[in-house]
Amino acid sequence: MSFAWAKPYEPKTEIGRWFDDRLPLPRLVYGAIGGGYPVPRNLNYFWNFGVLAGMALAIQIVTGIVLAMHYYSYAGGAFESVERIMRDVNGGWFIRYAHANGASFFFAVIYIHIFRGLYYGSYKAPRELVWMLGVVIYLLMMATGFMGYVLPWGQMSYWGAQVITGFFSAIPVVGESIRVWLLGGYAPDQAALSRFFSLHYLLPFVIAGVVVLHIWALHIPGSGNPTGVDVKDEKDTLPFHPFYTAKDGFGVGVALLVFATVLFYLPNYFGHSDNYIEANPLATPAHIVPEWYFWPFYAILKSFTFDFILPAKLWGVLAMFSSILLLFFLTWIDRSPVRSTSYRPVYKRFFWLLVVDVLVLGWIGGSAPTTARIIIGQIAAAYYFAHFLIILPLVSKFEKPLPLPTSITASVLHGEEEESAPYGLAKSAPAAAE
Amino acid sequence: MATLEHEANGEPIIDGDGGEGGVRRRDFINVAALSFAGVGAVAVALPLISQMSPSADVLAQASVDVDISKILPGQAIKTSWRKQPIFVRNLQPKEIAEANAVPLSELRDPETLAQRTKPGHTNWLITLGVCTHLGCIPLGTGEGENRGEFGGYFCPCHGSQYDTAARIRKGPAPKNLVVPPYEFSSPTVVKIG
Repeated sequence: MSFAWAKPYEPKTEIGRWFDDRLPLPRLVYGAIGGGYPVPRNLNYFWNFGVLAGMALAIQIVTGIVLAMHYYSYAGGAFESVERIMRDVNGGWFIRYAHANGASFFFAVIYIHIFRGLYYGSYKAPRELVWMLGVVIYLLMMATGFMGYVLPWGQMSYWGAQVITGFFSAIPVVGESIRVWLLGGYAPDQAALSRFFSLHYLLPFVIAGVVVLHIWALHIPGSGNPTGVDVKDEKDTLPFHPFYTAKDGFGVGVALLVFATVLFYLPNYFGHSDNYIEANPLATPAHIVPEWYFWPFYAILKSFTFDFILPAKLWGVLAMFSSILLLFFLTWIDRSPVRSTSYRPVYKRFFWLLVVDVLVLGWIGGSAPTTARIIIGQIAAAYYFAHFLIILPLVSKFEKPLPLPTSITASVLHGEEEESAPYGLAKSAPAAAE
Repeated sequence: MATLEHEANGEPIIDGDGGEGGVRRRDFINVAALSFAGVGAVAVALPLISQMSPSADVLAQASVDVDISKILPGQAIKTSWRKQPIFVRNLQPKEIAEANAVPLSELRDPETLAQRTKPGHTNWLITLGVCTHLGCIPLGTGEGENRGEFGGYFCPCHGSQYDTAARIRKGPAPKNLVVPPYEFSSPTVVKIG
């Protein structure tokens, strides 16, 4: 949709008109990221991460297609083919490192994007479907990331496949049959490797499709903004191009610097050294850990060490899946009428506690289980669920939010007034005064 | 009107035995066509689902013979069957006594050592070497490996501990280590599978 004052697309050349009459593709682009898409004027750099995520997906698809040209999905040769890519294929090391670290980059960007959404209430009406499609993308990313990690057929890859498919054996009665069906054997082997490769190649295109839906659903209500106040008139918005193409362009440049630093100076930092040992079905690494982006969920899985009613293993798997599925219901869990946490003094503290809690879970998930760490992990896992199931509903019910600005423009101009006025003489914010 | 037939005078003729709003010939065609398509979809889905089950060559790795003559009391070896590790352990009398001393009521997955071994061969404990939690391979077969608090097997990944009968005693694993199908084809050779 975008707003009434959005400038309609007008082809300037004869050929442009001819094209627009037959396939209005330039019109679509103009309306999505051109002058035809008015965007709130107060977006901060946290709004940069959607574009960065799109860029990360593009990097993964391009490097992945190239790697697939050199990789063998053959259990006896997969490990060697990866080493061959590193040593013999022209520029192969660069493409592989870009792909492997690109996954880390993608998840890092997505986590900031998700926490941006949590902070600014991006899951609230009218953007519920944008959020839920985002959770779908995240789940697809997890599946894709896991299957991609298995492909090099190193020790961690192999045992990761063993453990993750082991989740399914927790299902009562039919679990073990499902696991054998998923693997095509009794342990990860050729059948599993082939199908993981096939799906790892397919799923990014499914992700790209859901990304289109995610953006499409976003463009109906338009982008949110740091105040959480709705756009009221033309003064509140700027055309996407050139204002946000320029701002995003700068963000992309900075992000690429960070990415290049990791890629060229720390290419193995996020990997695990055990994955440079070829898969051995008869020996487990001393400590099986997933990639860092799964650590918080792995910690929740590991937190269930004793049975009550159900076996500990089933509890762990159920808790791990529900910790993600919870996000689907956020719109209904958080009933606060205020979107932006900036105006929610009580919730703001719990938000940052949640951030710390997830970091603690991540640390626990990535380290070996000692008695003390298991207890810390159990407390952190309990707090994670308490945040969403107890704290958030209660806070959204009893909290008294701060006064909202009357409009996006008022919130922006108020800041300028404060800065330009002599010390102590600034008029108080029109919104706060009213 | 696509759904109703008309006589020359414009009065609709109702098909079948339904009255006004009842079942029409068109409804029958709709249901029949959808059912036919549904049966077709299921028929196509079945091979697409079953192709993921273990293939004949995977299933054909049916049995292995293991020579156990070299395993001294207290020792264990690791071999493989169906690409999965198998632990073969020659229990010492002390370990057998320890296993038999545990009351069944204390066990998460109650089974006696006798149920987990063959008659006359109670010292030969043969199990899958796959932790029933998430499929790691527990320690305890190799010389000097950590056998855990109960002297059996220990999975360091998530802390599952098994006793000398390979029964789960502590940690997140829900079941005892699985005893595969096997038989003694001679006093020194075990046929697994």
